[in-house]
Amino acid sequence: MADKKLAIIATKGTLDWAYPPFILASTASALGYQTCIFFTFYGLQLIKKQLDLKVSPLGNPGMPMPMGMNKWFPVLGTTIPGMESMMTTMMKQKIKAKGVATIEELRDLCIEADVRLVGCQMTIDLFDMNRDDLIDNIELGGAATFFEFAGDADVTLFI
Amino acid sequence: MSEYDQELDARGLNCPLPILRAKKALNDLSAGQVLRILATDPGSVKDFEAFAQQTGNELLESGENEGEFHFLLRKSG
Repeated sequence: MADKKLAIIATKGTLDWAYPPFILASTASALGYQTCIFFTFYGLQLIKKQLDLKVSPLGNPGMPMPMGMNKWFPVLGTTIPGMESMMTTMMKQKIKAKGVATIEELRDLCIEADVRLVGCQMTIDLFDMNRDDLIDNIELGGAATFFEFAGDADVTLFI
Repeated sequence: MSEYDQELDARGLNCPLPILRAKKALNDLSAGQVLRILATDPGSVKDFEAFAQQTGNELLESGENEGEFHFLLRKSG
């Protein structure tokens, strides 16, 4: 049986949205898929050497907050300085308590499983990012590089 | 109690770690050998069925005992 192929475009740079691409890519690899993730725009944050991902309650009415804070806290309250780091700390504690893998761990598992990681060259130029700030196990490419892989993929996801 | 060649303790781990650890452990086994997995993630019951179906490794046993799940996977040849 020829390997199935999974192509993912990762566009989000927050702690919560870092999970779907890495969970799906690592699992697909374990199932025998050839897998490629194309990181573009804020998704490039996920392939930085030093991850500094945060989760924000701002503009996120679906986010459960402790002690029912989302019920009585005014929306403006989510803009209070420190709110983002507080929510990030709490999320990280939950992740640990529930035995959920860290992003670093999932990313390492993807690299180990030979998931192809492609950083978007255009976004790197656009945001004046430094290639050296990104992990070594990636290649750089553009839209055509993505389609070279995704063109005959069995599953393609935009996250 | 069924026979197995190696045991993997995935208790306390959540999706997708039990599957990923199991895959890794299977890599070290020879065809026909059996891996026993312990888990506490309720999602792992369906996930190991799906894993077996898609990878050809045979799920010999899947059971639960007081909130703990155990699985027997035979590595495909």
